[in-house]
Amino acid sequence: MLVLDRVSKTYPNGVHALGGVSLDVELGEIVAVIGGSGSGKSTLLRAIGGLDPTSEGSIVLDGERIAAPHQKIGVIFQEPRLLPWLKVADNVGFGLFDRPRAERAQRVAAALKRVGLADKAAMWPRELSGGQAQRVAIARALVPRPEVLLLDEPFSALDAFTRADLQDHLLDLWADAKPTLILVTHDVDEAIVLADRVMVMCPRPGRIFDEIAVDLPRPRDRQSAAFDFVKRRVLAALDRSLNRAVTGAEAEPKAEAGAALWW
Amino acid sequence: MSLVAMTAVAQGNADESSPTERAAGHRWARLTRPALGLLLPVTLALFWEIIVRIGWASGRLAPPPSVIFATFVELARTGELQRNTLVTLARVAAGFGIGVAAATALGAAAGYSPLVRRLLDPSLQALRAIPSIAWVPLFILWLGIFEASKVTLIAVGVFFPVYLGLMGAIQSVDRKLVEVGRTFRLSDVAMVRRILLPAVLPAYVVSLRSGLGLGWMFVVAAELMGASEGLGYLLIDGQQLGKPAEIVAAIVAFAIVGKASDWLIVLLAAPFLRWEDVVRSD
Repeated sequence: MLVLDRVSKTYPNGVHALGGVSLDVELGEIVAVIGGSGSGKSTLLRAIGGLDPTSEGSIVLDGERIAAPHQKIGVIFQEPRLLPWLKVADNVGFGLFDRPRAERAQRVAAALKRVGLADKAAMWPRELSGGQAQRVAIARALVPRPEVLLLDEPFSALDAFTRADLQDHLLDLWADAKPTLILVTHDVDEAIVLADRVMVMCPRPGRIFDEIAVDLPRPRDRQSAAFDFVKRRVLAALDRSLNRAVTGAEAEPKAEAGAALWW
Repeated sequence: MSLVAMTAVAQGNADESSPTERAAGHRWARLTRPALGLLLPVTLALFWEIIVRIGWASGRLAPPPSVIFATFVELARTGELQRNTLVTLARVAAGFGIGVAAATALGAAAGYSPLVRRLLDPSLQALRAIPSIAWVPLFILWLGIFEASKVTLIAVGVFFPVYLGLMGAIQSVDRKLVEVGRTFRLSDVAMVRRILLPAVLPAYVVSLRSGLGLGWMFVVAAELMGASEGLGYLLIDGQQLGKPAEIVAAIVAFAIVGKASDWLIVLLAAPFLRWEDVVRSD
């Protein structure tokens, strides 16, 4: 179980990026974090990943305090970040450097097969398409069998078809070992397709503004009325979160705030 | 140039020719294209040869290609060419080795540690502003007129491009890839070996090549200032005894060993740089 207790972050330049975020995430849960720019989504994710230290508060995973990258936590970034000097298979096996060669080869082959890229094992990263590269990045993050997988807008650089494809694929992979997923995104559809819970954050400083449970059976139909209903709730919460940040008053008409978000 | 040209060739041939004919066309193109670059120098050389042969010029100060070739063969026959080339090669090798070793150590330290950079870099940059030849009198005073001062001069010439290249390369390593290493909890040593070293290698090879180029430049300077053997000595000898063909023969020898040594670096580095996404121009 992952427990965030009043996590704050102030950067050396004085920017107050996170203002006391508390959150409990159960093992195997999928949580999407969504919010306007400057709401501290990525800062929160980097703090959980141990990449940036927090200013105050604590992040505890299974009773262990997280202050640096942890072996139970994997990260998938917005870009694939494959190492260009390693073949695809070696990129996937990058996190298994302490395992015996035979085990490494076997687990890499299985992971590549699982993401449908078994035939690309001997290729260089530059020879892959954007979607393929991101799938290799997913395989690389999953191969060490993390308990928590952090995803920072992982599909935002991809075209709509590839994105929907990879979202389904991610769920498929998640079902293998059911790690905890924490996903930062700015795509409401993506949040609802994937997550059990959507956390809406508001800016200056970043806080959790609202929490919306997505109680829909998987696989989720993006066209269904129930999906649409949840989407409206998330959008409304986003509107209000932005409204409060922009004007400081809750009574502002929603239409205007919505326009501010979308235009 | 090549890709477009090759596509054009392929399309041009695609109309009526068979695949084998097309492949033959490619091979022909591959052979003839480098020859295009030889057209100008060979024409000029032939032109000069003819001018001298028909007596329009004496060719005493600018010997025709046949004389240069004969001199080259003669120098090779007596073993003088090989002996002097080896001496020069040994000087460059020693100076290059020392310069690269020092530049790699200091460049890596300055690139990796901001503290070392702040301590070291301003002084080295100040030294870099001095034309290296200006050191010669001092080196001769300190180290004498024999090998030590020559090798030191070459080492100084090699040092700066390699130092700057390596330091810059380390500083510009993609932080995002370093972060990947951090998420997998690489130790400092593993981070250097698995991320920094491969990331830095392409720029390092380029800096080695420009360092080597300067090494060849400085060996000429060092040998011109006083040597009893070496290709630079052949240059001076040719000047003092009025043998221009010997000078040109020595220049040709410089060009051959210089190019060969550069090619050697490229060849040795190639297996480590196959991942690079380069535009192939064959």
